[in-house]
Amino acid sequence: MHISLNSSNIIFGWLLNFMPATAVGIIEMVLIALAYLTLFAVLGLYLVLMERKVAAWFQLRIGPNRVGFQGLLQTMADALKLVSKELTGTVKADKFLYNLAPYFVIISSLMALAVFPFTKNLQAFDINIGIFFLIAISSVGVIGILLGGWSSNNKFALIGAMRSGVQTISYELSIGLSLLTMILITGSLQLSEIIEVQKNGWLILQGHIPAIIAFMIYMIAGTAETNRAPFDMAEAESELGAGFHTEYSGMKFAYFFLAEFINMFIIAAIATTVFFGGWLSPFGITESIPWLGIFWFLAKTFVLVFLMMWFRWTFPRLRIDQLLTLEWKYLLPINLVNIVIMAVIVWLNLTIQY
Amino acid sequence: MSYFSEIYNGIKTLLTGMGVTGKYFLHSRKGAITQQYPDNRDTLKMFDRFRGEVVMPHDENNEHRCTGCQKCEIACPNGTIEIIWDRAIEEETGKKKKIIDKHIYHLGMCTMCGLCIEACPTDAIKWAQNFENSVYDRTQLTRVLNKPGSKVKAGVED
Repeated sequence: MHISLNSSNIIFGWLLNFMPATAVGIIEMVLIALAYLTLFAVLGLYLVLMERKVAAWFQLRIGPNRVGFQGLLQTMADALKLVSKELTGTVKADKFLYNLAPYFVIISSLMALAVFPFTKNLQAFDINIGIFFLIAISSVGVIGILLGGWSSNNKFALIGAMRSGVQTISYELSIGLSLLTMILITGSLQLSEIIEVQKNGWLILQGHIPAIIAFMIYMIAGTAETNRAPFDMAEAESELGAGFHTEYSGMKFAYFFLAEFINMFIIAAIATTVFFGGWLSPFGITESIPWLGIFWFLAKTFVLVFLMMWFRWTFPRLRIDQLLTLEWKYLLPINLVNIVIMAVIVWLNLTIQY
Repeated sequence: MSYFSEIYNGIKTLLTGMGVTGKYFLHSRKGAITQQYPDNRDTLKMFDRFRGEVVMPHDENNEHRCTGCQKCEIACPNGTIEIIWDRAIEEETGKKKKIIDKHIYHLGMCTMCGLCIEACPTDAIKWAQNFENSVYDRTQLTRVLNKPGSKVKAGVED
């Protein structure tokens, strides 16, 4: 078993002097997994705080500002509260699946986090089918939602889960096709390779018109994929209680909640990597300082996360038939035409490069 | 062709909506409507339409505008207002005249519907903007609105 964890070569290289390679590999994997789990928790908590602050500013409120400086510890306190709460459940729930569901959701988003290149060489798992892996993993999360909704033996949860299934299966298509449009330029599915291509201009510039169309489709489908407003049919508060996680409490609810925000981060991070050059700085201004790539990657990602929050606090929720109309009658045909346009552009070498 | 114009309209209206909320987002610092209440207790000023409790304004001569017509008492749906009145003889004309002795207002029973204030023909009572109305004993919620020794302002009854 050998998985190349290319971020760790410097740190773990010297361990090989006095340990067998297998032991070093295991230590490496455990430490990196712990690092990603920490990142996951911190990122999730602060995305929740950001959502609440942004929502407050959109609604001319102030938002949480009591716990810690300017409310920075608010979500930490919320998480502590959720940890201390009792885990309740329905009597007739399918206990095994009911307990399993949150882990499906959270593990799928944690796995997706592993393949992102945060900066040059800071990437846990540089797989050569990167984008494909991300698309595949992001659709595993819906199994957790379906299981959670079905096994909690609650009609609201079931309806929410079914809606989520419909939605994810439909919009999965648009995400895949819009990323495929960009892959026509890069010619590679590997994320580090995709960023390498963008040294001559971010893909949204290189691919100009079809790339912008693909980006718009990607953002719409990505918002739908994460079950966020205006596509939050799965947990439409006014119709279904809390949707698929109605029956969950305490830490299991927190897993669903965190996973939703991490998924939002993942969607934004894919968009950053594929459309906006990942950790590359604009016009290469900080090319000599590679660790600043983390800053650029996170900055671009958080701008896109903000865009998704902007969507959420602007648009009203779609009805289920409108949701499917949007996907099958608008996004999908446009996407297919867009791929053909992009193919022609790549074929005739009409991409913009500097 | 309407397919494409629908897409165009859709994107245009979505961007309009985002423009509106974006404007709110940028102005949220100055225009935040949240009052951080116990902190700004000294400076907090309630807005005009707020219904705190019914009061009867008196001018500097300790004169109010209440003629004792009891329209507010009749208008009140839950008997919040009681008017204890008397007959007095007007000095100049020698006519008999109704004057109020006590205008009693039970804040504990008031639902802040405002019907009494609408019914008042002489604008004798109006809303106050105070909001810290809690007391330890409910007898304190019974207020006498006219101050002791006050009388009706001349000319109000004409």
